[in-house]
Amino acid sequence: MQHVISVTVENKPGVLARISSMFARRGFNIHSLTVGPTEDPKRSRMTVVVDAPEMEQIVKQLYKLIHTLKVTEHIHGEAVEREIMLVRVNADPKRRGEILDAANIFEANAVDVGVKTITFEVVGEPSRLADFLEIMRIYGIVSLVKSGRIVLDKDVKSQPKNQRKTAQGART
Amino acid sequence: MRPTLRASEGFPYLENTMGEQLTGADILIRALEHESVDVIFGVPGGAILHAYDSLYDSSIRHVLARHEQGAGHMASGYAHATGRVGVTIATSGPGATNLITPLADAYMDSIPVVAVTGQVGSRSIGLDAFQEAHTWGVSMPVTKHNYLVTDPDEIASTIREAFHVASTGRPGPVLVDITKDALFAEGTWSGRGHLDLPGYKPSVKGHPKQIKAALAMIASSKRPVLYAGGGIIRAGASKELTEFATAQNLPVVTTLMARGAIPDSHPLTLGMPGMHGCYTASTAIQKSDLLITIGARFDDRVTGDPAHFAPLAKVIHIDVDPAEIGKIRNADVPVVGDAKAVLTQLIEAGAKDLAEYGTPERADWLATIREWQRNFPLAYAQDDDGPILQQFVIDELSRHIGPDGIVVSGVGQHQMWAAQFWQFEHPNHWINSGGLGTMGFAVPAAVGAKAGMPDSTVIAIDGDGCFQMTFQELITAAVENIPVKIAVLNNANLGMVRQWQKLFYDDRYSGTELSASIPNIVMLSEAMGCAAFRAETTAEVIPTIQKAMAVNDRPVVMEFVCDPDEMVFPMIVSGGSNDNIIMGPEDL
Repeated sequence: MQHVISVTVENKPGVLARISSMFARRGFNIHSLTVGPTEDPKRSRMTVVVDAPEMEQIVKQLYKLIHTLKVTEHIHGEAVEREIMLVRVNADPKRRGEILDAANIFEANAVDVGVKTITFEVVGEPSRLADFLEIMRIYGIVSLVKSGRIVLDKDVKSQPKNQRKTAQGART
Repeated sequence: MRPTLRASEGFPYLENTMGEQLTGADILIRALEHESVDVIFGVPGGAILHAYDSLYDSSIRHVLARHEQGAGHMASGYAHATGRVGVTIATSGPGATNLITPLADAYMDSIPVVAVTGQVGSRSIGLDAFQEAHTWGVSMPVTKHNYLVTDPDEIASTIREAFHVASTGRPGPVLVDITKDALFAEGTWSGRGHLDLPGYKPSVKGHPKQIKAALAMIASSKRPVLYAGGGIIRAGASKELTEFATAQNLPVVTTLMARGAIPDSHPLTLGMPGMHGCYTASTAIQKSDLLITIGARFDDRVTGDPAHFAPLAKVIHIDVDPAEIGKIRNADVPVVGDAKAVLTQLIEAGAKDLAEYGTPERADWLATIREWQRNFPLAYAQDDDGPILQQFVIDELSRHIGPDGIVVSGVGQHQMWAAQFWQFEHPNHWINSGGLGTMGFAVPAAVGAKAGMPDSTVIAIDGDGCFQMTFQELITAAVENIPVKIAVLNNANLGMVRQWQKLFYDDRYSGTELSASIPNIVMLSEAMGCAAFRAETTAEVIPTIQKAMAVNDRPVVMEFVCDPDEMVFPMIVSGGSNDNIIMGPEDL
């Protein structure tokens, strides 16, 4: 089962290796992992999409790492999920019109146009990226690169607290 | 906010030294002194040379081990016996990689150890320099935390953090890798530095609501068992454990890591549960309706098949490490906190009800337990003319040395017999490698324990297989004047592996036979500067022990020539149910 978690960590050397090795030790496959600075330059935030049967143990193990500050598991539908993708598709001059029409629907930007290909930039929910790829497969995908997912929980202050899920656990 | 401790608070004389320019190596040694380190176990080498040069002027004692693995286990033995942080030091590359086994060992058993390793110069890192290894990466999965330091100004605060992390929460090993240039360069001494660990806040007290829930569950339990683990020892909670068990009339099983957490002579002590545990301890768990688990982790050597472990019991699980709760067995009442603090809470919160309703009687349950104890005691039958039985040797050693002696063991049959037959009365008096099962642990760990507790008798019970892995540390013991006692139960075999081959591999003894005559353990020990005695018959056992007890000016080795076919019982087959206990060969 796919889980999406955010791990806020101290911005220290080696912290990425500690986090990724924690998943490797449990034999869990990381689907995507993004890291970047947060509003506080001393902290980085990682978004990890992982295939795992259960998350409780791994969340506790992540908290055990000295540099881990916070671990949050996101629930689909209660978080804003975004991914960016660059995809280069075959674009025979005869079919360019229909390709661009399709791209238009997905608000995909043509960022590079070659003799035989067009490269699109698509931003959005992972499902939207998948749908776009589905269409583009008709024409042939030459190369594809994805940023990995970034996620922020929706502002649910109006929602009762017990419906929000934060992975809890103290550190030892 | 954590208050920043000024060096002057603990060390007023330091006020004048603030801002002093020192080499990184001097800063390192001064930082260790400020952690009250009195002894370091290590082996020098190129990358750590500067540190050794500074150590030369220090009051800290350096014990020169003959192998870094020995140095690491010495630090563990020291920590086990004293309850303080053990310190080991080694050079880069092979020095550091030789420390990996003791670090992994300390990690599995939650032993507070700080390892300081030299690293090649920061400009050479990653360039395959001489004696370079990626120590940080190699040690990461076997340490609680680790550091790579390249700046002399960061050494003091890193050492302080390392000691803090190693000794608080769930203790464990911490490695500090320091580059050669950081040790050589000058930095500014600015006191002990400060702790900057925003993500590290171990829980100490249990949640009051959970304490109440636990007490309610205990009050309504008919057949409770207190399952005490090594966390009790680490937390220094033996007194509280004994007080709580007595007040609530709770039978206590002590795991391999918890032997001595409550005195064996206490009427509520049932002994060790698990694969080679005694019948009563294992069976009481199986029949219990409530397990009060404190500082224990449902290890597979205790549970066998977890699906059949304590099938009728609800579980209160008290542990300082939240990741242990629910890892193997679901907890009905989880309590995250330090064993000592939580036991104190349980004692205080439970006192009122006990005063009002009296101590729970649990008469039927205790009577059932007494009957198991009568019918299924741990036993052996030493034949006067037969081969020396290992259990008999341990029994006699225990009698002669008494409960104030510190007992260390290696891994295997002798370890199980020692855990079964030694009479444990105090915490921190039983030192062994439980989680990792590191053969060769005993000799160096005994040396470390004796270095930390020079006024105590320290005896290692070892097998001949284990002994041959690390006996060279007896040279260290002899040269450094650390007079440990070593009892080698020599059955000329890797006994536990042989036992499994006998039971599960049709007596096919593949690769388990050592030699009965090589090495000559007495001659070898004498060559290493030890006194040495051999017992070949049952009649010689007690005189040999007496002779060894009389030697106190140097290490002494007793060799007992034992029966290779003697097996450890009771036994629960690996992965089997704890309901099926094999009491002896007749049950096979």
